[in-house]
Amino acid sequence: MVYENPEGIRIGLEIHIQLNKLKTKMFCGCSTDYHNAAPNTHTCPVCLGLPGALPVLNKKAVEAAIKVGLALEGEIAEETQFHRKNYFYPDLPKGFQITQYDFPIVSKGKVVIEGEDGEHTVGITRAHMEEDPGKLVHIGSIGKSKGVLIDYNRSGMPLIETVTEPDMRSPKEARRFLDKFRNILEYLDVFDGNLEGAMRVDANVSVHWGTRVEVKNISSHKGVERALLYEIMRQKNVIRRGGKVSQETRHFDEGRGVTLSMRTKEEAEDYRYFREPDLMPMRVTDWISAIKETLPELPDAKRARFMEQYGITDMHARSLTSKIMLADFYEGVSAKGADPKFAATWTADVFLGELNYRDLAISSYDGERIGFIHAKDPRIKNSFKVSDMVELINLFAEGKISDRAAVEVIRTMLDTTEEKTPSRIIEEKGLFKAEDDLVTKAVAEAIAENEAAVQDYLGGTEKSLNFLVGQVMKKTKGTADAKTARELIVKELKG
Amino acid sequence: MAKWMSVAQVKERIKESSAEEVTAHYLENIGKSKINGYITVSEKALDQAKKIDSEGHNGILAGVPIAIKDNISVVGLPNSCGSRILEGYVPPFNAHVIEKLLAAGAVILGKTNMDEFAMGSSTETSYYGPTANPWDLERVPGGSSGGSAAVVAAGEAPLALGSDTGGSVRCPAAFCGVVGLKPTYGAVSRYGVVAYANSLEQIGPLANNVTDIAILMDVIAGYDRRDSTSIDSKTEYQKALVEDIKGLKIGIPKEFFGEGIHPDVEKAVWNAIHKYEDFGASLEEVSMPNIKYALASYYIIAMSEASSNLARFDGTRYGFRESGENWHAMVSKTRAEGFGTEVKRRILLGTYALSAGYHDKYYLKALKVRTLVKQDFDRALSKVDVLMAPTMPNPAFKIGEKIEDPLTLYLSDVNTCPINLAGVPSISVPCGFTEGLPIGLQIMGKPFDESAVLRAAYTFEQNTDYHTKRPQEVA
Repeated sequence: MVYENPEGIRIGLEIHIQLNKLKTKMFCGCSTDYHNAAPNTHTCPVCLGLPGALPVLNKKAVEAAIKVGLALEGEIAEETQFHRKNYFYPDLPKGFQITQYDFPIVSKGKVVIEGEDGEHTVGITRAHMEEDPGKLVHIGSIGKSKGVLIDYNRSGMPLIETVTEPDMRSPKEARRFLDKFRNILEYLDVFDGNLEGAMRVDANVSVHWGTRVEVKNISSHKGVERALLYEIMRQKNVIRRGGKVSQETRHFDEGRGVTLSMRTKEEAEDYRYFREPDLMPMRVTDWISAIKETLPELPDAKRARFMEQYGITDMHARSLTSKIMLADFYEGVSAKGADPKFAATWTADVFLGELNYRDLAISSYDGERIGFIHAKDPRIKNSFKVSDMVELINLFAEGKISDRAAVEVIRTMLDTTEEKTPSRIIEEKGLFKAEDDLVTKAVAEAIAENEAAVQDYLGGTEKSLNFLVGQVMKKTKGTADAKTARELIVKELKG
Repeated sequence: MAKWMSVAQVKERIKESSAEEVTAHYLENIGKSKINGYITVSEKALDQAKKIDSEGHNGILAGVPIAIKDNISVVGLPNSCGSRILEGYVPPFNAHVIEKLLAAGAVILGKTNMDEFAMGSSTETSYYGPTANPWDLERVPGGSSGGSAAVVAAGEAPLALGSDTGGSVRCPAAFCGVVGLKPTYGAVSRYGVVAYANSLEQIGPLANNVTDIAILMDVIAGYDRRDSTSIDSKTEYQKALVEDIKGLKIGIPKEFFGEGIHPDVEKAVWNAIHKYEDFGASLEEVSMPNIKYALASYYIIAMSEASSNLARFDGTRYGFRESGENWHAMVSKTRAEGFGTEVKRRILLGTYALSAGYHDKYYLKALKVRTLVKQDFDRALSKVDVLMAPTMPNPAFKIGEKIEDPLTLYLSDVNTCPINLAGVPSISVPCGFTEGLPIGLQIMGKPFDESAVLRAAYTFEQNTDYHTKRPQEVA
């Protein structure tokens, strides 16, 4: 099947990510760990842009950028340098941003995603290093604000801006690209997507192969998909009404889910780029081979290995490798004695599903336990032990608990921060699977007590069988295996 | 106590009496000043000197007073850059050179007057009023480090630091009859000096003699991890002070003796050059055909960088602020009121040169010319050890004489700015007088070969007495 792209949609993305796993900022020694700090406490003369202070490049940031470039299968520039992008804004303490211009560190990469018609390659035009500005904090709502406070803790955070080719053909592909991109960065251990402000996206989109419109500063993957869906609808309607889509920059109003015009092409800013004279051009060619050695196994390679090594399905392998911490957790569970195929089902289908249902995002894995935080309220935290998952899967595999009981154990464990083993929960809740004679007895009782339902079933009403199974489950307090109960009833009534 | 002292004499005096007495002596001279050389005099200088006396210090400059140009950051002292826009700004950190000076035991007397943001050749664009030339109080001291050169010439400090972007140490050194060195780009860390044009400027020492320049260089030069353009050249500056230039090859670039040069200046410089022949040096005329484009290239690059460097002065975080109905209005008013005319002119021209549509025509072309000028120096200095020429084509002019005519003022940098484009070291030493005004000889060398430059300057000084002459106006 080949996707025809009937509406001629082209989407390109510009993604800013903070290298927030680095210890220090891009051009000074200030700590990057400012997220819970008081405003303007993680600053120094350099990131405050005080007169006379000079930038000094963080070598680790360059190494991280090279890592990203290699993971994106891009070319690493032989010589790379920094430029100044000049504009006035209160969050920009020097009146210019140090960024890269015509000699970016990475060019010509690619990312393979699950596209509309199977594997689809998205080209990476370039990726370059730059510094983050500070952050404006409005007193009250933006419109009626009495004043603005500036927090320069973020100023000078190391960023990588990645620019893709307009290779995505639907908002869904754009979202899949972002998921995959984030996943790769987390594999490289340079990026934590859970931190506030970690990723910001600008999207370029056109329909019917026409004029492109830029939608600026979208802060979530879901937001990108929503913004694009709206913008595509808007452009199609402009054309349908006989109008022309004009080249412009729009911004996405997250609350209303709409894009609004910011400025037209004529109003485009002139940033007066020139080479940053305080930083020397650099040659990094000699570093590349050593950095290559440190590259971890990347998602696609890990997925292939999981299928091969554990004999699990492509779907399970894809899901398990969609987050490095989940993949590591899965391997931990398998290594500690759980059957890998059962472990895949229980981790990828049940466990992950329950996490998503609760809006919990995986945030850590230390070999013993996997941790998660609430996507909207980072104060809500919990974790799950590898040993508990192993125990649970083994109890299920040995037939000691039903699948329903196992799901309930997982839910219970996710809903409390109390430290209890699965066995303890099973015991407390009486979830051990009932003995067979207990089930047989319950079946006999259910048949005897529900004459009407029995007659309906024998008369051809299949639904009534479900009712009888339900009665058996009730009598055994859910410990019976539903499939066994059903078989026993049918056998009893139809011989 | 003698009004003018060398570092050796200052140290002798400290040994005989105390650092406190020496500092008090200079503070007294400053108190009687007729030249407006200082913007800020430090209240802590005496305490600093007393501490040296009581605790002892074995640094090479223990107790030696020094004046600092007001664009070099010193903790606790306002750093105005000669501008209203930095009113009230006191840096919370020391420049690298200040750390080095304090470690060597130097006593900081205060901050000296300068052209606003180092933009000028006369110290007339300062918000704090012009500084007078000690040799003639109606004349300019040169610029932009006019305060630093003038206070050394007037006996208000034995040593000073300036900064040289297009001649800002050498020009006032020549006009005030003192010695001033622009080190090789990268020899001295720029950390803490407020940038005018980063790719061109260096901090440079000013003193009454070449020996003191070398002493100061030994203290301030070297690699600093906070300035990525600094390197350790491993030069031992005082070791270069050898009175022997036999076999030295001197290049004379005729382009530096162009139209408009004052006949007395030309004569004094040639006299000096012939003296070198007498000492055993050989002369060779060298051609530097691209020097004629240097001035235009220099101004485009310097103004372009300045337009970006000065963007941070927006009233938001520190310094002077005008109120406005919103942020944009506040920034506009602050910059309109806070910057002087010359600074605004350069910001506008620099912004223009970097703008889309003009970037290639001006900025990029200027960079290409810079490469050609650098090649001229490389070529010339591959055949000779040093180049010699007049520092300034004319002696000091009258205050107010050129300030209304920026182009004429820019032209006075014609012999100094090519050196900054090439990044090579260059010193100005006194080599004569015309109608009572000092004349400077400029000696340029290969990158990081300050030794050759200092040796040539030292030999000249040991055999002449121009550097011992003192301005009677302030005696």
